[in-house]
Amino acid sequence: MSPRPAIDPIAFKRELTGVIPHLRAFARGLCGRPDLADDLVQETLLKAWAAQERFEPGTSMRAWTFVILRNAYLTDMRRNRFRGDYDETVAERILVAPAAQEGPMHLSDMHRALLTLPPERREALLLVGAGGFSYEEAAKICGCAVGTIKSRVGRARAALTLMIETGQIPRRSTSDAVAHTAIMGELDRTVLHGHQN
Amino acid sequence: MSKEKPMIAGQKNRKGAKPRSPEWADGLKRLYDSVVDEPLPDSFAQLLDKLDDPSNG
Repeated sequence: MSPRPAIDPIAFKRELTGVIPHLRAFARGLCGRPDLADDLVQETLLKAWAAQERFEPGTSMRAWTFVILRNAYLTDMRRNRFRGDYDETVAERILVAPAAQEGPMHLSDMHRALLTLPPERREALLLVGAGGFSYEEAAKICGCAVGTIKSRVGRARAALTLMIETGQIPRRSTSDAVAHTAIMGELDRTVLHGHQN
Repeated sequence: MSKEKPMIAGQKNRKGAKPRSPEWADGLKRLYDSVVDEPLPDSFAQLLDKLDDPSNG
């Protein structure tokens, strides 16, 4: 690695601070539990701080830190930290915000439906459909092809549409077991790739 | 950003129901934004303070 000019730590910290709310939202969408999601964000902040010389000023701090968060999540998943650990009660309490009560569908329904998706599709949908990233940006964050992201988002949307149109939103006891199983096969490859970023 | 297209367009509805995609697509965004809009727990301010500690950097 060739040395780069040192980044201004104050500017870096200001940008890092600015993306914390987004990191929290992304983390909660990924892992479901608010407390674990915040742990993940803290871990991400420490890693980002330690790696700040690898951040290129002028590029997206949000995208850069999302990559770090995602890799931390995958690593923690591999250590079983989140497996079967989805706390429905906490999620219910946190997610049913007053503003969410307008329609027949509550945010908790949305989140349950989201958590049943295979993790790579859930992640793609979170990035594009909620985080506002372009397909190209999402592909960079996930380290895959743009076409792959498009396909994942399309499948995630189709699955959610089907669940919601038919009222077949998973019951509250639904855990993330399926998703957790599905992600395991991808872990080594993904984590390996992620550390190169 | 507006690169995404609504998925429901052109899809056939089940049981003649009205398209629901705008509602859930909005729900997904609200789910995300509801967390973005939360006040940050104190633990984050504490962590950020710690970052400035030279012994930590």
